Amino acid sequence: MSDEVRVINKEAALECLLFVSGEPIPITELARALDVDIVTVEGVLRSLQISLKERESGLQLLRIAGGWQLATRSEYAEVVARLLTRTSNKLSRASMETLAIIAYRQPTTAPEIEAVRGVSVGGVLKTLLDRRLIREAGRKMALGRPMLYETTPDFLHYFGITDTSQLPTLELESPPPVAAETVVDGKVSVSAMVTG
Amino acid sequence: MEVEQSLIPNTLSEITLARSRTSFLNTPLPYFKTQAFEGPLDLLLHLIRINKVDIYDIPIAEITEQYLAYVALLEQIDLASVGEYVVVAATLIEIKSRLLLPLSSSESSEEEDDPRTELVARLLEYQSFHGAVETLRDWEAFRRTLYFRSATEQSDDYILPIAEAEADVSQLFHALSRLLAQAGVDEKPVTAVTPRRRLSLRLKMAEMLRHLQRAGDEGLMFESLFDLPCPCYDIVLVFLGLLELIKQERVRFVQRGAMQEIRLYFVMEEAVVRV
Repeated sequence: MSDEVRVINKEAALECLLFVSGEPIPITELARALDVDIVTVEGVLRSLQISLKERESGLQLLRIAGGWQLATRSEYAEVVARLLTRTSNKLSRASMETLAIIAYRQPTTAPEIEAVRGVSVGGVLKTLLDRRLIREAGRKMALGRPMLYETTPDFLHYFGITDTSQLPTLELESPPPVAAETVVDGKVSVSAMVTG
Repeated sequence: MEVEQSLIPNTLSEITLARSRTSFLNTPLPYFKTQAFEGPLDLLLHLIRINKVDIYDIPIAEITEQYLAYVALLEQIDLASVGEYVVVAATLIEIKSRLLLPLSSSESSEEEDDPRTELVARLLEYQSFHGAVETLRDWEAFRRTLYFRSATEQSDDYILPIAEAEADVSQLFHALSRLLAQAGVDEKPVTAVTPRRRLSLRLKMAEMLRHLQRAGDEGLMFESLFDLPCPCYDIVLVFLGLLELIKQERVRFVQRGAMQEIRLYFVMEEAVVRV
């Protein structure tokens, strides 16, 4: 009985923490504030998640950008949109392409991004830096010491993911059979040369 | 020329592109909307797609013809972005000219020397990101249906915990502000002649590194670097030196939580070598 009460209290305490935080809280911080170990926090997070669902709350508990945060349910997006006006625009195609390249190749430099996209990316990088989706990550020890860029926690938050490992694997088309044959031919001719 | 004339009025309004159904010859040139392409590679991929050709066996002459038609069009609409397209146009023409050269019979590995290989590799690499962009678009759209509390604004009342990890420069800046508030205690007016020995930044950095190296794994408290009370000049000097050392990755700093001590550690040389 007393155990059950304690669980409920922990859940309420967790709700308090999530309510006051304007950004995702790492699980270690939740454990510290609740004064319990991480395994217990995981249990409390799960039970809060379930009880929010059961009471049909407008809020949901999400794992995002390396922490936990309360968010409104997507079903109520229209209602919220009637109250709040979004000030940020969706990212342009140029921004998206650049961001995708950085996300997969990070840390990477402007010349490397330009080599993939075939267009200059200076302006796009500035936009992404301003929106804090990327940040500078030192300089590359290469000719001209170009600036390196990487994605930020805001990037994860913008796309609603926990870390970059959630990005899908890049689909490279398999090389054509012709090329494979060529390789075989090459090997054959080389070995023929060696024996001859 | 006549064809081009008829194209121009359509360029800005038409998004749909005419599709070639039969051969490339006597095919009407496709219509384009300038903003529809994210550069030369995007355009090339598009031409390959609408002409339904094999990316590994691009008919260079036909594709180049269509490509140049678009570049000519772009020249009249958006001269600024033509430059980026011209480079690839030159590549296409170079490839074509190399394909036209007779192959020397001694070269048995003609396939390996296909001048198109490099361009194809670039196109495939570029294309590989398209799937990722689509995924990001989906995520972006869904994420925009969720609303979060914005970062708390009453930052004077309380601050959120800092994740226990490498701190960032803004935390150092906070620490500096705290120090500067205490500083200037014995500072003389600017007009006074100060016979004090003034250290150079380089010397100060070397001195700090020595201290930190001696401290070893224990590290040093941020505050212990400063010999308070002291003039602002010294604080600024130490701080600048510290920033430089952090930038050079010879020192790293860790803060366990908000308002807690910042500890500095000496970084072994081996760790620095990574590029």
